[in-house]
Amino acid sequence: MDSPILPEGVKRCSLTTFLILLLPCFALLAWGGLSAVLCLWKGLNQTNMSNVFAFALWIVFDLAVIALGAGAFFTGFLTYIIDRKELKNIINAAVIIGFICYSGAMAMLGIDIGQPIRGWFIYWHANIHSMLVEVSFCIGCYLIVLIIEFVPIIFENRKLNEIKPIRLIGHNLHEIMAVFAATGAFLSFFHQGSLGGMFGVLYGRPFAAREGFYIWPWTFFLFILSAIACGPCFTILCTKLTEFISGKKLVPDNAIQTLAKISGWLLSFYIVLKIIDTLGWIYGVVPRAGMTFMDFYREGPYGVWLVVCEILICGVIPAVMLMIPRIRQNGTWLVVAGILNCTGIVINRFVFIVVTLAIPVMPFDRFWSYVPTWQEWGIGLAVLGYGVLVYALSYRYLPVFPKEKELNIIT
Amino acid sequence: MTPFSFEWQWNIEYLIFFGLLYTALSIVGGGLTFVAIKTCLQLMGFMRERHFH
Repeated sequence: MDSPILPEGVKRCSLTTFLILLLPCFALLAWGGLSAVLCLWKGLNQTNMSNVFAFALWIVFDLAVIALGAGAFFTGFLTYIIDRKELKNIINAAVIIGFICYSGAMAMLGIDIGQPIRGWFIYWHANIHSMLVEVSFCIGCYLIVLIIEFVPIIFENRKLNEIKPIRLIGHNLHEIMAVFAATGAFLSFFHQGSLGGMFGVLYGRPFAAREGFYIWPWTFFLFILSAIACGPCFTILCTKLTEFISGKKLVPDNAIQTLAKISGWLLSFYIVLKIIDTLGWIYGVVPRAGMTFMDFYREGPYGVWLVVCEILICGVIPAVMLMIPRIRQNGTWLVVAGILNCTGIVINRFVFIVVTLAIPVMPFDRFWSYVPTWQEWGIGLAVLGYGVLVYALSYRYLPVFPKEKELNIIT
Repeated sequence: MTPFSFEWQWNIEYLIFFGLLYTALSIVGGGLTFVAIKTCLQLMGFMRERHFH
C-alpha cells in the first residue's frame, strides 16, 4: 500500500506487519499520554516526587537518554570535522537517535516542570549562575541543530525528493552541515558537562560533591567523557538491533569498528579518570565532611555493589573488551560490551540523581526512599515508545543507511 | 533575555554567557538564512543545482 514512498531498491515488510509490530509502542504512548494528562490536569501530586526527591525518575531518564544520544554530536564531529568518511554510513542513524533522545528528554521535562506554559521563563528570566540554565540553553539550541540535521534526511524520502524546492533545501542544508555539526559539538560539550557540574557543586551533599578546576568540578569533565564514550556504543547497539530485526546487513564493518574502537579508548580514559576521581573523593571530600566511605552505604538498597557494578563490571570490562580488536570484531561480544558500557553510564546517572538525594546529610536525617508511581513510569516509558516509533518510521521510509542497497542486493 | 531587558546587568558574566548563546544562535540562524537565499536563487534560475550521487 505504501510502496511508492519506500526507499528505492530495498525490501520492507508489509504495512500490516509493520503496524502490528508497532502496537507495543502505541500502547506505551497511550499510557504516557494518560499519565501526562493526569500530571498536567491534577498536578505533580500524581508522582512520588517530594521536596527531597525534586529530581526523580524523569531526570534519571533525561540524563540517561541525553548521554546515550551523545552519539549524534560525536559522530557528527568525527564525520564532518575530523572527516572520517566511513562514518557517513552510520551518521544518519546517529542523528535520528540523537533527535529522538533529545526531543524525548525535552518532552519529559515539559511535564516535569509542572507548568509547561512557563517553560520559557528559564530562557528569558535566566539565572546565569545556575548550571541548569546553561543546560537548558544548550539542550534547547542543540535540539534546533538536531532538527536541522534531521530535516535533510526526511527530505531524502523518495516522494519528497521529487519536489524541487524540498530537494534543493535538503541539498543546501547538507552542503553546510559541517557548520551545524561544529555548533552542535560546542553546545553538547557544555550541556553534558554542566549536567555533571550541577552535582559536583552540591557542597552540602558530600556524596556528590567533588573538587575541580576553576569553576568546574571534576564531574563536569567526567560527564562529557562518559557521554562521548557511551553515545557511539548506543548508536552501534541500535544499528545492530535494526540489523537483527530486519535480517539484513546495513552498515559496513569498518564504520562499526571505527566507532567501537574510539568508544573503547574513550571509555578506558574515562574509567581511569573515574577511578582516580573516586579515590580522590574517598580520601579527600569524604573525610573533610567528617564521614567515611561506608557511611554512604549503611542504609537502603544502594550498597557498595553499585560502585563495583558501575566501575568494574560496566566500566573496566567493556573498556578492555572494546580495546581488544579480536573481541571487538566478534559481533556478539561487541553487543555485550556495548550493553555493559551503556548500562554503566545509566547507573552513573542514577547514582548521581537518586542515591545522592536518598542519603541523609544531617545527623538527625534519615535515609529517604523513593518508588515512582505508574504515572511516572508511564511518561518515562512513553519516551521509549516514541523513540522506537520514530526510528522504525525513519528506517521504513527514509534512506537511513546509504549502503543498505549495496549490501543487500535483491535478486 | 537581551541587553534591553530590565534584569540585564552589564558585567563580564552576562557578556560571556549571553555572548556565547547569541553567537550559537546567530551561526544557526545565519546557516538557515544562507540556505533559504541559495534555494530561492536556484529556484529563480540564478544559481545551478548541485547533484549528489
